[in-house]
Amino acid sequence: MTDNEHETGQPERRTPPRVIGTPLSDPLTGSLPEPLPGAETAGDDHDGDPAVPRAVPQDERKARKAEKIAALCFMLTFAALVAFLVAYVRFQVGGLSATGASHIALGGALTLALLALASGIVIWVRQIMPKYEMVQQRHPMASSADVRAEIAATFVSGAAESGIVKRRLLRRTLLLAAAPLGLAPLVLLRDLDSTGAPVAQLHKRLAHTVWGEKAKEGKPLRLVVEGTGQPIRAADFNSPGGILSVVPEGYEHDLNVLAKATVILIKFRPEEFKPGTNLNWTHDGIVAYSKICTHVGCPAALYEQTTHHILCPCHQSTFDAADGAKVVFGPAARPLPQLPIGVDEQGYLIALGDFPTPVGPSYWERGDAEARVRENGGHS
Amino acid sequence: MSDLRAVPKRIAGPATFLDERLGAGSFVKRNMRKIFPDHWSFLLGEIALYSFVILLLTGTFLTFWFKPSMGEIVYNGPYAPLKGVTMSEAYASSLKISFEVRGGLLIRQIHHWAALVFIGGMMAHALRVFFTGAYRKPRELNWLIGVVILSIALFEGLTGYSLPDDLLSGAGLRVTQGVVIGLPVVGTYLNFFLFGGEYPGEDVISRFYSIHILLLPGLILALVTAHLILMWVQKHTQFPGKGRTNRNVVGAPFYPAFMAKSGAFFLFTFAVIAGLGTFAQINPIWLYGPYSPADVSAGSQPDFYMAFLEGALRIMPAWEINLFGTAEAGTIPLSVVIPALVPLGLIVVGMALYPFIERWITGDNREHHLADRPRNNPHRTSIGMAVIAFYGVLWLFGGNDLISANFQVDLYTTTWAGRILVFAAPALAYAITYRICLGLQRSDAAVLSHGVESGVIKRLPNGGYVEVHSPPAEDIEAHLRGREAIPVLADGGDVPPKGLRGPIGRLRLRMSKAYGGEKIPIANGHPHDGDEHPDMLPDGQNRALTR
Repeated sequence: MTDNEHETGQPERRTPPRVIGTPLSDPLTGSLPEPLPGAETAGDDHDGDPAVPRAVPQDERKARKAEKIAALCFMLTFAALVAFLVAYVRFQVGGLSATGASHIALGGALTLALLALASGIVIWVRQIMPKYEMVQQRHPMASSADVRAEIAATFVSGAAESGIVKRRLLRRTLLLAAAPLGLAPLVLLRDLDSTGAPVAQLHKRLAHTVWGEKAKEGKPLRLVVEGTGQPIRAADFNSPGGILSVVPEGYEHDLNVLAKATVILIKFRPEEFKPGTNLNWTHDGIVAYSKICTHVGCPAALYEQTTHHILCPCHQSTFDAADGAKVVFGPAARPLPQLPIGVDEQGYLIALGDFPTPVGPSYWERGDAEARVRENGGHS
Repeated sequence: MSDLRAVPKRIAGPATFLDERLGAGSFVKRNMRKIFPDHWSFLLGEIALYSFVILLLTGTFLTFWFKPSMGEIVYNGPYAPLKGVTMSEAYASSLKISFEVRGGLLIRQIHHWAALVFIGGMMAHALRVFFTGAYRKPRELNWLIGVVILSIALFEGLTGYSLPDDLLSGAGLRVTQGVVIGLPVVGTYLNFFLFGGEYPGEDVISRFYSIHILLLPGLILALVTAHLILMWVQKHTQFPGKGRTNRNVVGAPFYPAFMAKSGAFFLFTFAVIAGLGTFAQINPIWLYGPYSPADVSAGSQPDFYMAFLEGALRIMPAWEINLFGTAEAGTIPLSVVIPALVPLGLIVVGMALYPFIERWITGDNREHHLADRPRNNPHRTSIGMAVIAFYGVLWLFGGNDLISANFQVDLYTTTWAGRILVFAAPALAYAITYRICLGLQRSDAAVLSHGVESGVIKRLPNGGYVEVHSPPAEDIEAHLRGREAIPVLADGGDVPPKGLRGPIGRLRLRMSKAYGGEKIPIANGHPHDGDEHPDMLPDGQNRALTR
């Protein structure tokens, strides 16, 4: 082989007819074979464009081989579906491992059955059915001018027959009658809110939690550990840097209460506090903040002891627990409200009142509650 | 073995019965051999369609056991770690489907995977339609239907993964609630009406259930049907090529080849989703435990199609305004409202309006049935890539905590990177894509005018070496030539036409000139002087080569 081959040999064999890597959209590079009768009867629209290749019958030997492969695929599907039925009966479910075995057996058999069936059909289409392309003509989507004119005439005469244009009273009373029809379903949706409170008062419910309601009744709630329900003796919660997730006693399983009243309790050394924290509301270096993030309400559950940062794992809002839980970083715009706490006669931690500001995500009627508190001298 | 000569009686009988009652013969005659053009990218929508069918089948199965109730019970099933734990009936019944119903876990996982493939398939399909300009007249309405289906599907997914009431789905629901209640003016009302009271209330699961299994799937089914009918009536677009014009459609007939291939493709889609449902665990709800608003696990992530909203929430700075100060009204939490509404609104509204904006800018009111190659409309392609970059950055930073943890980067740095990239990446994507498109147009022009590199080196009498170029094959050439310049509005000389006066009209004209036209002309002849490639084989000879 020399570089001379091009001059003497057959250049067409070494000259690629297409850009390397481009798709073979035209399966025919040879002469056009005789079309199948089926392709010729291809609809009325066939325009016999000579540029479009006609049917290519598959080589019978190859087709016979493909038939065997496709049949094998179908047999495989059959076997896999039998296996599916057997697995359904054989494998019982219950614990983790039993369910796992049943799951893999059923799923594996189903996957195999579907895969084999699909493969069989594809082999059938590609290697047994003749390959050809057909052409159909498109027509503009728009109807002809005649048709449009006829429709317009019919529309006008129909409207005239009905008298809706001429009889103004009829038309206007009909519109009047129809207008409230749209309102009826809206009214029906009013009871979607099952609190029964007047609409204008709804937002007031958002501003208070069970801590404050009970404190006001003179029965302040104890703080209990989330999960165990143990009340917390202030003297026992004494290692600085400690953190507890805390809920109101008696409401440990009330999700509606927990969604607002869950609190994190952090023990500080007194010198660690910064001015943002209201020291009157702490007890012996223990401070309580709402756990419900002021961004969109996830529980701000992570605490970094060395930096005193509370982190919400949902959107990474970061609050400085030593400084009134003010926002250090992230999308939350407001500090976590601080809960005023103290101890009862037995030394257990209790809530002395409500959070000064509404907990959780902001809402339209919230207003600048922090400024309101400042104006009122620290009380809500 | 004998060949079929006439319709067998078993088929002819029922067919006659139906035709005598429905007169369906003429419809069948017209449509049995309907032509479907072939291209791999035309199958993306089919993936979405088949996933939707799988969703309907598996979803129906799941409803047989699922109890959409937030009533509390104590778990006493076979999954030992949760024995004795108080949980909602919804979560308990989801556990029952997973552990006590044979094939229940399989169907649940297939359902979840199919949802991901459904939405992913729709996104890929929408991108294909966008980049090839297949939304242009007469297909704008079908494009709009598609945009609505995609939007509904996002909510369908959201309501779906909230149903099991595990800790992860509850975290998603909580974020949803935080967004709903933050909406200006109506937020509080919407919250109370949706949840039947304060969050979480006792109603939201059963309400989401009827929305998820009836309302939204019904809407999607109706819209998908309309989508398919319109596609059928308008006939599918095709790429330019030999014998393919704007007036015809070239491809395989519906019966038998396309029908069989589509059936096989459905089975392939189902097989892949079943395989994923079998071997790729998804949403192992038993590991998360029952929902409590007091708990969350770190690294909580929504399904992929919601992650761009999650990312927007995460990289948004902490902005909040109180319009009326301390008064009990006027709070707008921008750090919630902007990320929740702006990206989704930009993408959905932008998609819906794009065909009409493009038509307004180009003044092109013709029907288009030939799909554009993306390079041939560089501005459109660049806009699409910019949107992908925008979406992609938001999606990526939906996992900013995971990025920080895995790559040992400070979380604040990661978040700031997201804040910058969300603006920088789309601009960069636009510029790069535009250059790539022009480069590809140039390479097309080069193939047409210089031919294809043959790999044959020829020594010239003067001692120089050149590579022999041969003209491209006919079908390639037709594919490359099957493009036309994007129309530009005529500025009408000294007196601009009525629509182009005033500031908006002038802007329209400027945009039209930038958007339209032919960036790299494909010359019919040689663009340079004819002697650059003296080795190009004469035309007659090369035609023989391609045979």
